[in-house]
Amino acid sequence: MSLIHCQDLRKIYQLGHLEVNALDGVDLNIEPGEYVAIMGPSGSGKSTLMNLIGCLDTPTSGTYILDGERVDLLTDDQLADIRNRKIGFVFQTFNLLARSTAMANVEVPLVYAGVGARERHKLSLETLTKVGLGERGHHKPNELSGGERQRVAIARALINNPSIILADEPTGNLDTKTSLEIMALFKDLHQSGNTIVLVTHEDDISKFAHRIVRLRDGKIESDRTNPDPQ
Amino acid sequence: MVFWQNLKIALHALRANLMRSILTTLGIIIGITTVIAIVSIVDGLNDAFSAELKSIGQGTLYVQKFPWGSHDWRKYKNYPDVGWKEYKAIDRYATLISGASPIKHARKPMKWSNRRVKSVSISGVNKQYASIRNIFPAAGRNFSHLDIERARNVVLIGHDVAEELFGPRNPVGQKVRIGIDSFTVIGVMSERGDFFDQNLDEFALIPYTTFNKTIGHDRHFTIIVKVIDPSKIEQAKDELRGILRRVRKLSFVKEDNFAINQVDVLKDLYDKLTGGLYAAMFAVAGISLLIGGIGIMNIMLVSVTERTREIGVRKALGAKSHWILIQFLIESVILALLGGAFGVCFGAGIAKLVASVSPLPATVRLWSVITGFLFSSFVGIIFGIFPARAAAKKNPIEALRYE
Repeated sequence: MSLIHCQDLRKIYQLGHLEVNALDGVDLNIEPGEYVAIMGPSGSGKSTLMNLIGCLDTPTSGTYILDGERVDLLTDDQLADIRNRKIGFVFQTFNLLARSTAMANVEVPLVYAGVGARERHKLSLETLTKVGLGERGHHKPNELSGGERQRVAIARALINNPSIILADEPTGNLDTKTSLEIMALFKDLHQSGNTIVLVTHEDDISKFAHRIVRLRDGKIESDRTNPDPQ
Repeated sequence: MVFWQNLKIALHALRANLMRSILTTLGIIIGITTVIAIVSIVDGLNDAFSAELKSIGQGTLYVQKFPWGSHDWRKYKNYPDVGWKEYKAIDRYATLISGASPIKHARKPMKWSNRRVKSVSISGVNKQYASIRNIFPAAGRNFSHLDIERARNVVLIGHDVAEELFGPRNPVGQKVRIGIDSFTVIGVMSERGDFFDQNLDEFALIPYTTFNKTIGHDRHFTIIVKVIDPSKIEQAKDELRGILRRVRKLSFVKEDNFAINQVDVLKDLYDKLTGGLYAAMFAVAGISLLIGGIGIMNIMLVSVTERTREIGVRKALGAKSHWILIQFLIESVILALLGGAFGVCFGAGIAKLVASVSPLPATVRLWSVITGFLFSSFVGIIFGIFPARAAAKKNPIEALRYE
């Protein structure tokens, strides 16, 4: 069974009297260990698809099975639980808690998973070391560079051993050099067995993925393997 | 565990906006300060008052024309005056009392040589009066039977009168003037101190017979009665009623046309007074707690809006709605408790200050402190629930996108 199984996913937004078909029947399967880029111009429905895959939202109709669990019928709190256990988010704007240290930020998912303090500290230190920030754990986000912040965010995404890492324009706020560093980190993560779904509109970034899915007007326009991932 | 984490987050957030947090709690501070200060002062008053009431009033009854604490003068003014007839009957027939004395009252200047006290409370009493009032001569002697019977010009003076007229000299045996009449001082009463601002030592006692002869023959007076056993005060009152009704020949369909007052009536009056204080306290505290609560609600709404993104992130990372709710609720309760703590300190401070600069005593009670904290956390919950719900209900997608 696929890790992600989407069948005829539809999402309709009601804007006043206007109905917007943000997703118009999407079928998508992603296997464990894949590295997929979801691409498309703005308004193509890629954000909507990401929200659905990330269990932040439920579809208007269609089926979504994540790692064997049917997600499209769950309540908000059940969705929170799934997000906590199965999904590691990496955002364009990092979305770190400004008043907390890097370690405390990385520990947030564990707090909500009910992991004890000692275990949390141990795991967060390990994970920060994995992304190359073992020494910077006690710094607050404003004391870190953009690249370092995104590494903290990636560590936070990794800490719960999620089924997928969902990265939404992870390099959008970074310069080219740092972007390459972050993409190299994703490559490492992929090589060590993580499933990565990357949402981007930049061709340079999608080149790192092994499979590229293009969306247009809420439908999948193309779905092909990248013969030569960087 | 999520709770402790939430507590930490709340403390963090409040510390980050320390000034704002303190200003927000101002209403709570004022409310709780009022509660603690007034409760402490009233409690102190209660203590002092009941102690004083015990020392002067236990088992003491006053037979008079007017009941205390009533304003219906028209009803009582036609009652016959209380006088000799009633006093004689009580003195003769009452079995449950240890003593009875007429009290006639006037204020007069007193003079000795070239010294003078402008206005002394002069009471015409019998020889039982001192023991009824629980006061005794510290020097000299009490009235004798003959003093009363022969209406001798003798006087017992209070401690302060003695001091003002005679200074360090011994007043006993000296001749003083009350009005135009000359009196021999036969005793000085022991010092009693002040009761609130009232000086209890500036008085003089003379035989009631002498009072009639010198100051004025007025038919009506008060009869003070001491009950043998204060726990049987009701029986004693019944007995007195019976005696008085008989002596006044009231048929059984008629109402009493006299009043038997007791210090408890004073206590009722006092309770009414403190009741008023409490009512004022509830009004002030209620209004300021309401304003304080609204302040907290306001600042929490600001805080929730400011931290929309944080809420989005937390939700994306797996925070369930009720955890977010609790996080913000803890914050508002801590905010309110902070105000409560300041309020308790200020209130206790004010109470102590009042106690030290005025004759009012004050006692800070544990229960009032606990009530203060309970009230403020209550306010924190009531006014925090709405912003916290607003936070918990936020849609994670929109919250993450919030700029």
